[in-house]
Amino acid sequence: MAANHPEKLSTTLADANLQLAIYAGTGRLIDHRKNAIAGDLLPDYEDLRTHANLLKKHTIDNLDYYLEQVEQNVAAHGGKVVFCNDGTEVADFILNLAKQRGAKLIVKSKSMTTEELDLNERLEHHDLEAVETDLGEYIIQLAGVKPYHIVAPALHMTRYDVADIFTDKLGIEREVVPEKQTMIARAVLRQKFLAADIGITGANFVVADSGAVVVVENEGNARLTSSAPKIHIAVAGIEKLIPRAQDLSVFLKLLGRSATGQALTSYTSFLSGPRRQGEVDGPEEFYLILVDNGRTKLLADPDRRQSLYCIRCGACLNHCPVYRKIGGHSYPWVYSGPIGAVITPQFHGVGKDPWLPFASSLCGACAEVCPVKIDIPKLLLDLRADVTAHKKEQGESKMERFAFQVFAWVMRHPRVYALGGRVAAAFGPKGGEWLSSAPWFLNVAPVRGWLSQRDLPPPAAKSFRQIWRER
Amino acid sequence: MSNRASLFVTCIVDQLFPNVGVSMAAVLERIGWAIDFNPAQTCCGQPAFNSGYRAEARSVALHFLDVFRDAEYIVVPSGSCTSMITHHFSELFAAEPARLEEVRSLEKRVWEFSRFLLEVAKVEGVGASYGCVATYHDSCHALRELKIKSGPRLLLSKVKGLELREMEIAEECCGFGGTFSVKFAEVSGGMARTKIESIQKTGADVVVSIDSSCLMQLQGALHRAKLPVRTMHLAELLASR
Repeated sequence: MAANHPEKLSTTLADANLQLAIYAGTGRLIDHRKNAIAGDLLPDYEDLRTHANLLKKHTIDNLDYYLEQVEQNVAAHGGKVVFCNDGTEVADFILNLAKQRGAKLIVKSKSMTTEELDLNERLEHHDLEAVETDLGEYIIQLAGVKPYHIVAPALHMTRYDVADIFTDKLGIEREVVPEKQTMIARAVLRQKFLAADIGITGANFVVADSGAVVVVENEGNARLTSSAPKIHIAVAGIEKLIPRAQDLSVFLKLLGRSATGQALTSYTSFLSGPRRQGEVDGPEEFYLILVDNGRTKLLADPDRRQSLYCIRCGACLNHCPVYRKIGGHSYPWVYSGPIGAVITPQFHGVGKDPWLPFASSLCGACAEVCPVKIDIPKLLLDLRADVTAHKKEQGESKMERFAFQVFAWVMRHPRVYALGGRVAAAFGPKGGEWLSSAPWFLNVAPVRGWLSQRDLPPPAAKSFRQIWRER
Repeated sequence: MSNRASLFVTCIVDQLFPNVGVSMAAVLERIGWAIDFNPAQTCCGQPAFNSGYRAEARSVALHFLDVFRDAEYIVVPSGSCTSMITHHFSELFAAEPARLEEVRSLEKRVWEFSRFLLEVAKVEGVGASYGCVATYHDSCHALRELKIKSGPRLLLSKVKGLELREMEIAEECCGFGGTFSVKFAEVSGGMARTKIESIQKTGADVVVSIDSSCLMQLQGALHRAKLPVRTMHLAELLASR
């Protein structure tokens, strides 16, 4: 079972500096959230979560209706909705448009959906320059890596790491002061904003009844991305829809607080189409690309659908003791942490990374902080059942299956169970000694796994049932 | 009220930590409850359920239903095993209405030990005395599925000679997680070390929990780190006098 974990998992655990960076980064976000949802500041926090959950449920259950509605409303503002099945279709649409308009340079603001689609790589493949303008995203783009965290893409990097990357990629003198690093990035990116032909943003919410795209951010780069170039393209998964503008009064209260502990982010942009007659700024063309890329597969199952409620706040990552140990790059896809462990197998099939739903102690900290109340532990358990069923079909893990069949049989036969316990105790280590390494007769994977980290106490001289019988 | 309680001691307590079962029985008898122990009992099936083997878990759950069919109060020295029965058995029989009805009846009769003391027996002090500085570890399933948070602390506050000191990350997982502890041993071990760091900072000499599985994890990591902190189940503390 353990054979399929990415090596990254072990190297991350062994890297003390990286461990510290992850702990400090997620720890700050945990503290900020805690302060932001404190009872005296947000007494209706729990009601908001319930409300958000119901709104998402309603929207996802009626997604076909809202998709049609948003298509009409975007068109009414002079924009166009483009439905795409996957990353290839998204890239093809953008490439075609760029070709028709003679566009060469694209600025982008942070978007997990475009990361999911490998959009930058696809565009670069066709000689289009796509520049990330969110500071963290810009850093990881220069470094040539995927986001480490849904909200904080460069969470794992220290300012010294950033200094190395800037020196290496921008050919500048080493600068380790974060404020100065920010100014360096700003100087580069200002030129890109002014020269860009197309701006691509993601969307935190797509409002069906007004056809508006809502983007929250702290740096102002998304606002520039959506307004400086002549063309604005927003790329969003189909699950980003919410029915009405007034529903934002629920979601905006939860998103900033859950993600970074902010009551509101510095910028909240409502982007609804191209510049209208008489307006002095804004793009000349507006496209909203709504992407499936596997989401409709999740829609099919009423129990699993809740995976699509996610608003990408990252709170489950910050609070996950496993994420905080193994970091974002140990996960097989751009979505890491508990929500990544839930959606990745559903998008890619449970056969691809069968270890993933098992990489959890099922502690439930994720569900406790989820602002839209996704029952992540339940989904993980359901996916585990899917994985074992899949392995059965494939004829894999026969030993494990057999072991659990034996387990179940023994547990249905109390006398065998009692006898088994006594035999194990009789053959176990003697003399009240703790075990710290596996003796030859216990040299099996589970015992070795346990003893690699912990000692094993001496077995009890008598089981409870023996003591009870004799009293 | 019949004042008869049936113990479900769990397989971990039965085989590895029998003193927890003995202590639980002693406390219950001390406050006037008669104890039944049906030796046909084994396990709740959680290892199979958490590993994705639903059919196997279901068959163990059926055995459990049989063994405890007539028990009025079933008392369990574990939040995790209690939660398996009260929160997950129903998933195993979702498509079997008759069985589901049995499970619903069972759910109401199963009590985690500390909750049983406070809500059924309605006692806070059980005459326990144990001189120590203790810190309480919230086990995940007790905390997040059963919503048990203040109860065990209240019971501990009544133990004579015991000083309770909260650790910073009392609610963070110890890293046990059943087969997770051996399948992802390094991660699990790392989580345990983070936890014991927080335990150590309190200066406590005893870490208390209502789950023996968490305590096995912490005890193993504490022993490996050669730290002089003991682990005790709440029942063991309450039985001391």
